[in-house]
Amino acid sequence: MRAYLKPALLLVGLAALIVAPLGQGNYVIYLLSSWLIFSIAAMGLNLTLGYAGQISLAQASFMAIGAYSTAILTLAGWPWVVGMLLGVVLCLVVGLLLGFPALRVKGHFLAFVTLAFNSLVFLVSRNEEWLTGGIYGLSGMPRPSVLGFAMTKNLPFYYFTLFVFVVFCGLFYGIVRSPWGRAFKALRENPIRAESLGIDTRRLTLMAFAIGSACGGLAGALVTPLVQYIDPTSFALGHSLRILLMVVVGGAGYFFGPILGAAVVILMPEFLRFTEGYYLMIYAVLVIVLMIYCPSGLIGLGRKLRDLVRRKPVDRGDLKAGAQL
Amino acid sequence: MSAASPVLSVRDLSKTFGAIKAVDGVSFDVRPGEILGLIGPNGSGKSTLFNCILGQLKPDTGHVEVNGRDVSGRRACDLNKLGVGRTFQQLSVFPQMTVLDNIIVAGQEHRGTMLGRLFGAPDAGLAGEADRMIDFFRLTHLRDQMAGSLSYGQQKLVDAAMAFMAGPSLVLLDEPAGGVNLTMLAGLKERLSTYNREHGTTFVVIEHNMEFVMSLCSRIIVLAEGRVIAEGGPEEIRSNQTVIDAYLGG
Repeated sequence: MRAYLKPALLLVGLAALIVAPLGQGNYVIYLLSSWLIFSIAAMGLNLTLGYAGQISLAQASFMAIGAYSTAILTLAGWPWVVGMLLGVVLCLVVGLLLGFPALRVKGHFLAFVTLAFNSLVFLVSRNEEWLTGGIYGLSGMPRPSVLGFAMTKNLPFYYFTLFVFVVFCGLFYGIVRSPWGRAFKALRENPIRAESLGIDTRRLTLMAFAIGSACGGLAGALVTPLVQYIDPTSFALGHSLRILLMVVVGGAGYFFGPILGAAVVILMPEFLRFTEGYYLMIYAVLVIVLMIYCPSGLIGLGRKLRDLVRRKPVDRGDLKAGAQL
Repeated sequence: MSAASPVLSVRDLSKTFGAIKAVDGVSFDVRPGEILGLIGPNGSGKSTLFNCILGQLKPDTGHVEVNGRDVSGRRACDLNKLGVGRTFQQLSVFPQMTVLDNIIVAGQEHRGTMLGRLFGAPDAGLAGEADRMIDFFRLTHLRDQMAGSLSYGQQKLVDAAMAFMAGPSLVLLDEPAGGVNLTMLAGLKERLSTYNREHGTTFVVIEHNMEFVMSLCSRIIVLAEGRVIAEGGPEEIRSNQTVIDAYLGG
């Protein structure tokens, strides 16, 4: 019975995502699309930070690279998929390069390196007007067409985003379930031990940055046709911190953590709007309380509650069977 | 390479930290299938010597050969690929992974290429082998528990099992008995002896527990102030006056 529970829950979740925008206005559909896109970006950061333990404050800058690549190419008449692929590959390469400092510096110092990179991308997108449109940004990017069917309206574009999201989740699950996922966790928990077990921690650190950044690039490539207008402020440091918040609030190192976190960061403020001027304050207090009482995020909170209900006995072998050795 | 060639050969190894000579011109060989003990008072340079051999520290002088191949300055992950396993003085399991995952991760890098592992089976085809290793160390009842939730002694066993998972020809054990209770210690010694007998794996063991070393090892090297001061069988070492003086500060 339990073996069917997870696939059944996944199907229910997918069905909910399919019916959620039906009968809704443009703003709600935009929010749902936005949630899916930021989930992709946050899942990428989750790989770098949650699974591999490498701090990064630059995820928004990879969204910028993906978004600008897609915008520039689609405005030049190329199909969206070409822009997206270029953006993802570019982010993969740049992410790999950004990983090199992580081989030398850790923790707060690495955070500052990635923060500086975020600022660098922001400055390039603001100052290189010939390429990025400068402070005026780029606008009028067309939405993609699939099999000749244009996604110009919001609902079809939502389903297009959902399709990309589902395919992405499948690929991402494949990575974290593979031996790579186990090696990423080993790198996070004890890099010296991991290295002694034959894991090439340098190469793995670079891969964690490269793959996480490529996910940011994919999210950026989806932002471009969603909003059809991008400017440097859309990818400033504040957005990297927002993506970090999604990972931490949802639960770093858990597959569904960033998806839940993105829902909290993007959708919850909307639910709190009835409180009018207080909604941001209430939202901030809720996040602070969650972080104090459950630093492992919403998934960690769920597991704590589950353990409370089930009260699974812990086998302390030192008290019984362990000493039989 | 002939059958009698050493598995590990250390030649004139030195390591200095500022004004302190932690390891001072140490040389020794370890023969195939041998269990060599490395003992000495605290600060005698045992762990530094281990770390220099295993690529965790870069020695100032000297070189290290494993199975006739010069591995001086090689990274720890390369040494593991060449058949060298190790345990650490401190607990070195991955606490937020199950015991099974700890054991699998210890062997998976020896399966296929890095890219192949991305698209391969989640367990890298090692689940059966990992179960046998878990069984061998009598950890079966803890297989699916998080390693971090185990007792200190149990984590030490997981740590040891990890060192053997890749089928190494040489294993360096850094204080395997530290913090392990007496009953568990007897079991650990018996497991190590059995593994050595069945697989012919060579061990180098750093240990402060004299009873453990004397009963497990066939040959012992004594270090003091970074230098080898004595070498021989357990009985010989037990009665060596230089060794007694080094331990008593004489």
